[in-house]
Amino acid sequence: MRKFLLASALICGTTLSFAQSADSLMNELDNDVKATAKKEDVEFTFKATRICNTSSVENLGEGVLDFRVNHRFGRLNQGAENFYGLDNATTKLGLDYGIKKWLMVGVEHSTLNKENDVFVKAKLLKQQKNGMPITLSYYGSISAVRKSTLPIPAGTEWHFSNQLAYINQVLIARKMSNAISLQLTPTLVHYNLVDSSKYSNNTIALGIGGRVKLSRRVAITAEYYLRLTNQDMPVIGSTGKTYNSATVGIDVETGGHVFQLMLSNSFTNTERVIIGQTGDSWKDGGIHFGFNISRVFTVVKPKEFRN
Amino acid sequence: MKKIILAAAILAIASPSFAQKLMSRTAKISFNATTPKSPEKIEGVNNEVACILDAKTGDFVFQLQVKSFKFERELMQQHFNENYMESDKFPKSMFKGKITNFGDVNLAKDGTYKVTVSGDLTVHGVTKTVSVPGTITVKGGTATASAKLQIKLADYKVDVPSVVGDKVAKDAIITIDAALAQK
Repeated sequence: MRKFLLASALICGTTLSFAQSADSLMNELDNDVKATAKKEDVEFTFKATRICNTSSVENLGEGVLDFRVNHRFGRLNQGAENFYGLDNATTKLGLDYGIKKWLMVGVEHSTLNKENDVFVKAKLLKQQKNGMPITLSYYGSISAVRKSTLPIPAGTEWHFSNQLAYINQVLIARKMSNAISLQLTPTLVHYNLVDSSKYSNNTIALGIGGRVKLSRRVAITAEYYLRLTNQDMPVIGSTGKTYNSATVGIDVETGGHVFQLMLSNSFTNTERVIIGQTGDSWKDGGIHFGFNISRVFTVVKPKEFRN
Repeated sequence: MKKIILAAAILAIASPSFAQKLMSRTAKISFNATTPKSPEKIEGVNNEVACILDAKTGDFVFQLQVKSFKFERELMQQHFNENYMESDKFPKSMFKGKITNFGDVNLAKDGTYKVTVSGDLTVHGVTKTVSVPGTITVKGGTATASAKLQIKLADYKVDVPSVVGDKVAKDAIITIDAALAQK
């Protein structure tokens, strides 16, 4: 009898394992996946590489080239005669390229002051689920204006170095939820040529930006630069007062592209101008309509698609 | 009585060798939703699919992270995750089922076996029962499982906006290839 019990027990045991369901197999797989999983990166903090006017923590993918056309129009308060500013525009053309997933570079030309710049953006920390709480990137650029925008004293020479400005930014962003992302952007702009008897070469500012997704394809964005030094520095080459730059925009995704439309008191969208040289104020109706168009090209295919 | 014990003993001894599970953590699933009007190929590949085949019962399961799909165009990858699959909300896709004619497959003998796989496929948070034909190829002690199926995006509540309505296929073709090894 004992033997019979033993036999039944053995048979039962075997039968149970025969009847093992797909559910328990899935649990086994779950455990295996969890045990071998890496910490998951948080992706898509912003839709584009710019929040509105200035950089977001998003980078282009490796081997991706982005041709950008950014228009900023004249002031809305220029009235019907100037078609509310639309008769008057500045354009910035740019070519950005993703060297690595974490590293991108770009060259840009803006019609205002005939400004050229080159930049680099590197992602140093990446926000993770249950890990790293923020994404942190560095943005640095060198800008040169071709025109003499500041009169120089008689008898002195107009050196190339007078044309330069350096922009350094630390981009600290967090995707708070699927809909809400925030970014703090401590910024140092060094202008080589300022009236140094009155102002510092260094404008220090804190950028605050964010986005709120309204739907899967539409998001509201905003950006503000609070200057901590040089608040009273005029627009270089004039006596016009400068203001902190404030921008609100909307990201609209239409199938293949992200269109960014915005209203800002900055007339162009180079960091050099936005952060220290914004000469219009929202209060006086000095508001500019603008948009960014971007067209991306895959130059180097991902390895999964190379044959 | 002796026979019962013998039978039990055989089962008990035999079961460990049959109880093996075959698995892969690097199975490949690709999908294609290209139409003649698509301006570019709508094709994604995921090489990090985890799956297990119970070599005794024919039970078969797999799961994958939607974010691990790679695309030729990075922007498409972003749109796939953000707009179509909502991978933040539905991070995984999975299948739980069984090879219904597993009796026809002899994992100890080289050959290509036609099989039918039936079970529950979960995509974009929606679970549907599917039954698809596939093959298991046994060669030199390794088994490769392949299957191809077509799923209607609308069945899984994947919205395609009307502006790109004719540029994205209504039905996506999904292929799976898994080289299974002993766990």
